[in-house]
Amino acid sequence: MINPFENEQRRAFKDSIAKFLEAEVWPHVDAWDEAGAYPHEMNEKICALGVFGFDIPEEYGGLGFDDAHMRKASGVEMGRSSAGGLMASVGSRSIMLKPLTELANDEIRQRVLPELLSGRKGGALGITEPGGGSDVANMKTTARKDGDEWVLNGQKMFITGGMQASYFVIGARTGGDGMGGISLFFVEADTPGFSRTPIERKMGWWASDTATLYFDECRIPAANLMGEEHKGFYAIMNNFNNERFWMAAQMLGMSMRLFDECVAYATDRQTFNKPLIKHQVIRHKLADMSAKIDAMDAYLNQVAEIINTGDTPVAEISKLKFFCSTNLEWIASEAMQIFGGAGYLRGNAVERIYREVKVQAIGGGSQEIMRDLTVKQMGL
Amino acid sequence: MKILVPVKRVVDYNVKIRVKADQTGVDLANVKMSMNPFCEIAVEEAVRLQEAGTATEIIVVSVGPTQAQETIRTALAMGADRGILVQTDDQIEPLGLAKILKGVIEEEKPDMVILGKQAIDGDNNQTGQMLAALLGWSQGTFASEIALDGDKLTVTREIDGGLQTIKLAMPAIVTADLRLNEPRYASLPNIMKAKKKPIDEKTIADYSADAAPRLEIVKVTEPAEREAGIKVETVNELVDKLKNVAGVI
Ligand SMILES: Cc1cc2nc3c(=O)[nH]c(=O)nc-3n(C[C@H](O)[C@H](O)[C@H](O)COP(=O)(O)OP(=O)(O)OC[C@H]3O[C@@H](n4cnc5c(N)ncnc54)[C@H](O)[C@@H]3O)c2cc1C
Repeated sequence: MINPFENEQRRAFKDSIAKFLEAEVWPHVDAWDEAGAYPHEMNEKICALGVFGFDIPEEYGGLGFDDAHMRKASGVEMGRSSAGGLMASVGSRSIMLKPLTELANDEIRQRVLPELLSGRKGGALGITEPGGGSDVANMKTTARKDGDEWVLNGQKMFITGGMQASYFVIGARTGGDGMGGISLFFVEADTPGFSRTPIERKMGWWASDTATLYFDECRIPAANLMGEEHKGFYAIMNNFNNERFWMAAQMLGMSMRLFDECVAYATDRQTFNKPLIKHQVIRHKLADMSAKIDAMDAYLNQVAEIINTGDTPVAEISKLKFFCSTNLEWIASEAMQIFGGAGYLRGNAVERIYREVKVQAIGGGSQEIMRDLTVKQMGL
Repeated sequence: MKILVPVKRVVDYNVKIRVKADQTGVDLANVKMSMNPFCEIAVEEAVRLQEAGTATEIIVVSVGPTQAQETIRTALAMGADRGILVQTDDQIEPLGLAKILKGVIEEEKPDMVILGKQAIDGDNNQTGQMLAALLGWSQGTFASEIALDGDKLTVTREIDGGLQTIKLAMPAIVTADLRLNEPRYASLPNIMKAKKKPIDEKTIADYSADAAPRLEIVKVTEPAEREAGIKVETVNELVDKLKNVAGVI
């Protein structure tokens, strides 16, 4: 579908990412997934394209501007690559950059942001705990003030990029129960009292390192408190918006890839003496897929326009996320049907995306929570 | 040292091209266009020479429609300094193009011109050679490696039998082969910087070049569809097929 908001720079950026991913990532996705890891140099190569520097001043290695359409383009191309695990791990820095840029003290920003943005070091965001991810206000990890240090105790679970990361943004309880007692902290991986173990054997995102983080009397400098004490919940919620918008864009890219794979396969595959694509049932599936893809695309463009005015349309971003994940679920399932048994074999984009639908429907705010937030934001 | 790099806007190498129904050419409607891959290699080589401190300025020139500006911008995003668009909606043949480029070179006075060895649309592989002849400059075609030493340019050429190394007097024309380098991907900061770099707009008349076509395209057709290969069991069967089916021995 024609994008009415495209301009020369947006197109050049999208083309450059697409070209890079098609040449340097597409041919290796299956192998990296089977290996459960990707070459470390991919962090720097992907970062070098400038995909994570939005809204971060140039003095910290950022772009010095923001553009939601370009954010969308990067998400779409990453989704289209079907390298979900790689993108999750390289991209884990992107979900902690905003609080780091806005709330960390300047010494930390000067030192850490250039390393994260260049891909030399990894970063991760630790909100979810073994006790729960949806109910953020109820987190159990604590931070107590002791002289000029904070002392962290607790666990974080499902932390993407958490095994590679050198730097973390961690939510912890500094006050009483509920959302008013949470603060954000900057934690470095080599801090005594911090340890981590990998979470292996996931349904998807095989190439991604996912970790459980442990804080056992983990002492960090007082200056590592990010923003105001007890004001962490608002920052966490605010941060989710970028992540959710970017995930929605990835889901559009994943859907586009599924569609392209289906057209190619159905054109080639013969059943009942004609190409699969000549059977009306299959043609209708493709029509429905295409209509859903256009709807996601148009919705993303519209929300991108609103974001570019400086607004954060929380309800629309929440709707966008569950709208895209429910559509992706349907498209991935139908794509598997079109592929038949061939789709059930490991080592192709359709099978991989099908396994990675659920992390998009659960991670970063589940479909249920997104719907809840939507109606709440609508004042209902 | 000043380097001039001519670049061409062509159908993207990933696009499956279709021939127009009236057989007058290739259908370009709604087709993705991008920089000819060999031109990209030429730009990359110039940018590397600049990064190494050998080149001081890189000028990119494209002869083509208004949209070729975007191709020039791509080169600027890779690191070139400024662009020249010689605007024309006509199909320019290699000789006509070489004459226009000669005009650009006389005005810009570069020390070296790096071109792609050919464009993937017409696959002519003529422009660099014709340009060298028109200018009376030395030429190193199909380059897989170049190195400047003193006032001489050493060019390693990919030829049928292997690699040939030649020394050229400057100024020189180089045409880039596939293995000369791997072009970089334009980063977003550089794409934004490219927006501010100047592109001069010119016409063919500015260079008083005679670019009128000398060839007539009779028709363009799709290549015959290839049949699937077969596996042979024995050498005898292979010889038989080569003789009686393929008719090549
Ligand atoms: C591969 C992967 C990577 C991840 N990466 C990160 C990361 O980098 N950082 C991080 O902090 N977290 C990460 N997460 C965690 C993710 O954000 C959580 O899984 C998610 O928020 C849901 O939390 P939960 O798994 O604890 O489910 P729960 O909160 O226990 O919820 C279970 C189910 O109940 C539903 N539910 C919960 N409450 C309600 C309600 N009030 N009404 C109706 N239904 C409800 C949920 O929607 C869900 O379907 C990751 C998760 C995965 C799977």
